Amino acid sequence: MLYDVLIVGAGCTGVMTARLLSAKNVRVAVAEAASDVATGATAANSAIVHAGYDAKPGTLKAKLNVRGNKLMKRLSAQLGVECKPVGSHVIGFGDADLPMLEELYRRGIANGVEGLEIIGADRLRAMEPNVSPEATHSLWAPSAAITCPYGITIAAADNAVTNGVDFYLNFKVSGCAYEDGVYAVTDGKKAIRAKYVVNCAGVHSAEVASILGERDFPIEITPRRGEYFILDKVCGNLANSTLFVCPSDRGKGILVSPTVDGNLIVGPNAYAIGDADDRSTTAEGLAEITAGARRIMPNVPMNMAITSFAGVRSTPNQYDFYLKRSEQLPGVIHAVGVESPGFASSPATAEYLAGLLEEAGLVLEDKKDYIPTRRKDGNHVQFNRLSPGEKAERAKADPAYGKIVCRCETVTEGDLLDMLSAPIPAVTVDMMKKRLRAGMGRCQGGFCSPRVAALIAEKTGCGLDRVTKHGGGSWLVTAREEEE
Amino acid sequence: MDLNEKKLIVIGGGPAGLAAAVAAVRRGLDPSSILVLERDSEPGGILNQCIHAGFGLHRFGEELTGPEYSGRYIQMAREAGIPILCDAMALELTSDRRVTFVSPETGYVMVQAEAVVLAMGCRERTRGALGIPGTRPAGVYTAGCAQRYVNIEGYMPGHRVVILGSGDIGLIMARRMTLEGAKVLAVCEIMPYSGGLARNIVQCLDDFGIPLKLSHTVVKIHGRDRVEGVTIAAVDEANGRKPIPGTEEFIECDTLLLSVGLIPENELTRGAGIGISRATNGADVNQYRETSAPGIYACGNVLHVHDLVDFVSEEADIAGTAAAERILGQSGAVVKSLPVSTGFGVRYTVPERIDLTAEPEEVRIFFRVSDVYKKVQFFVETAEGEVLAKRAKSAAAPGEMESLTVPAEKLAGLLDKDCGGIRVYLRETGGQSK
Repeated sequence: MLYDVLIVGAGCTGVMTARLLSAKNVRVAVAEAASDVATGATAANSAIVHAGYDAKPGTLKAKLNVRGNKLMKRLSAQLGVECKPVGSHVIGFGDADLPMLEELYRRGIANGVEGLEIIGADRLRAMEPNVSPEATHSLWAPSAAITCPYGITIAAADNAVTNGVDFYLNFKVSGCAYEDGVYAVTDGKKAIRAKYVVNCAGVHSAEVASILGERDFPIEITPRRGEYFILDKVCGNLANSTLFVCPSDRGKGILVSPTVDGNLIVGPNAYAIGDADDRSTTAEGLAEITAGARRIMPNVPMNMAITSFAGVRSTPNQYDFYLKRSEQLPGVIHAVGVESPGFASSPATAEYLAGLLEEAGLVLEDKKDYIPTRRKDGNHVQFNRLSPGEKAERAKADPAYGKIVCRCETVTEGDLLDMLSAPIPAVTVDMMKKRLRAGMGRCQGGFCSPRVAALIAEKTGCGLDRVTKHGGGSWLVTAREEEE
Repeated sequence: MDLNEKKLIVIGGGPAGLAAAVAAVRRGLDPSSILVLERDSEPGGILNQCIHAGFGLHRFGEELTGPEYSGRYIQMAREAGIPILCDAMALELTSDRRVTFVSPETGYVMVQAEAVVLAMGCRERTRGALGIPGTRPAGVYTAGCAQRYVNIEGYMPGHRVVILGSGDIGLIMARRMTLEGAKVLAVCEIMPYSGGLARNIVQCLDDFGIPLKLSHTVVKIHGRDRVEGVTIAAVDEANGRKPIPGTEEFIECDTLLLSVGLIPENELTRGAGIGISRATNGADVNQYRETSAPGIYACGNVLHVHDLVDFVSEEADIAGTAAAERILGQSGAVVKSLPVSTGFGVRYTVPERIDLTAEPEEVRIFFRVSDVYKKVQFFVETAEGEVLAKRAKSAAAPGEMESLTVPAEKLAGLLDKDCGGIRVYLRETGGQSK
């Protein structure tokens, strides 16, 4: 199989690009080192569709963020993924913060962000009763939204597969040969052949650039880790919108925000780390984000945390995203150094990258039989998102939907079976978790993970000892040694 | 099954729910007007995976395994003709006793009941709730989850094991994993004493030479795909049990089991707007185990976490009997309501209030102490200082539930007096005792 385009990296940028290209008459492959799409920074970030006032006017970040914000809302509706336009506040503590709020306001206006306002303490408190009494102002951005970044990326990947894109999971790019206008990109075992290659490899994108053959690549990536807490759903209504503090040179700072699933998210900090794959949390870091959250919301009940995690940003040695055609390698496009607002920008970044592909000579024509939904028969809605009447109908039609497997998040056996037959079948415990929230609730999979694993084993015809948490060596159990 | 004739819905088919349903039939309720909702594929609750012995000494006067104990109640429920609907999950409860549930057999339905008994049990606290730093590999399990893998699924969740928390489930799993060929390297307990029963420390750790590291906790989890080790450290009792720098020790292992507490599963209860006790995380109840919502009762681990299932059954008897009496129109009218509060050394009581009828019956007050004590005397006293019950004990620990029974005549005596409430406390008698 010779592909027109190979995308390296199935994070939000790679997947959104694959999805966009799947509407065109080109053959597309995506190579992903992990066992699932959306496992890196796409899985571990603040889950905000930023409004776009933060980036300096004239930059790609500014342009793509503001357009991405609009596209993301449209896409979420199209793919049946929730996206709530809850808005965001950048909170000022005293007059000293006012110049920064005004600067962000000016940038936002220049970037074309709609509805921005600087508001005073009274209005802020009316909108956000739990905010710190020391808050004096805020920059209110009604167009900011919350969604599930990996959820929409997984949905977009399913949509891409439905339209003919091939995903190669567990494919860690380690080598590349170029001959007669075709790149053969390999993981050491197999090769994927394509005329164009788009490098969307996130924290590993500079590395991938060099594997593809770049010499003296101008961009270096510094992995910067950020840690988060997720609080129980009983805390989800403590904030009505995303609450930021004024940004610093280390990023947008620690925020408190409702999530689209009804939890409260708190974080992140930002520290440069040596190992791009080191997503461990630290006691100091978790203490730091606790303190940061308390600054915004003094009474935030951190004892209601149900989990903590860390994500790694791919911070480049320049301010802006590096989205460029290679000067050395014909047909190679780089999307490198895509940090925040990388997710919010991703649908617009996909358009931009498609434009670069066209500049490089790829002809893109609309496909006649393009399917805009996740599957041929539409977007399957999960049981717990149905209305009571629909639930009754669904459980009656298929008893598997009457059997709850994950109690905390009300995930049914029918939902799990549905995901086993999805365009990208969910065959690990974490894949089920990210698609259905099974195991993501307050008991964190204590009850359901053995049942989810058993169902995967049963339906894929392997033993329970072959089911993994997230691929690789993440085994769950081993067969018991038989006694003599 | 005609759902319209259901008067009593019991949510949960474990030892609490089954015992409540059985008690309701014994009190005279028609079994066909009862429905027990069980979310698992068979009744019995968590006892089904507790294959060790030690259950039933109080209730049946013999030592049973978990499945044997639950089996007796399943048998009693079947003999009484009580319908148990399995794979049935209650999704919503209202304060006026409407229960919405779903099951493969009935689909998604709503039933209006005259009484509801909450018996949903509890769940285990997780790594996330503790905020243990580190990576998020496979191999970090709650002890109950690991117990299911071993005892129900028949697989081993790991081979080199560290256990955090010395509650009973952690202790039981230390022995279970050892018997299955795993090496349990340490049981760490952040407190200076174990939260488990004394007999379990002897039978599950000491007998197998498993080290119990008191005042120690896990400060980091290592490993990307699978657990590769944990770092443990001693904690400073005087400084909020924070890890003491310099005491860190790396233990190479592939599994971390957590036995760090149980949380009553009161999401339905909260959804119904029922008052919850901060001390128990269960509903506030009177001595009939009736919650703040009339006709909704709670019993077992959803009400407060028990260490012995025997007490669960006893509590369920009370709740099931009261629910039946309500449906049969035989509840006595409450003439006086007395709050039960905690004094020195007592963390919580159940019940939290005593509702007196014109002819009060004796009330057994269950409570837990808040620390480890030697030589104590427990008191139940009125706010005015009248002692209603007292008992001396040579030792008390938070891991073992205590109780005191207030005689009927003492309660009857309060009917005509001004009484601001009842208080349960202890007095340390070490050194001064006779």
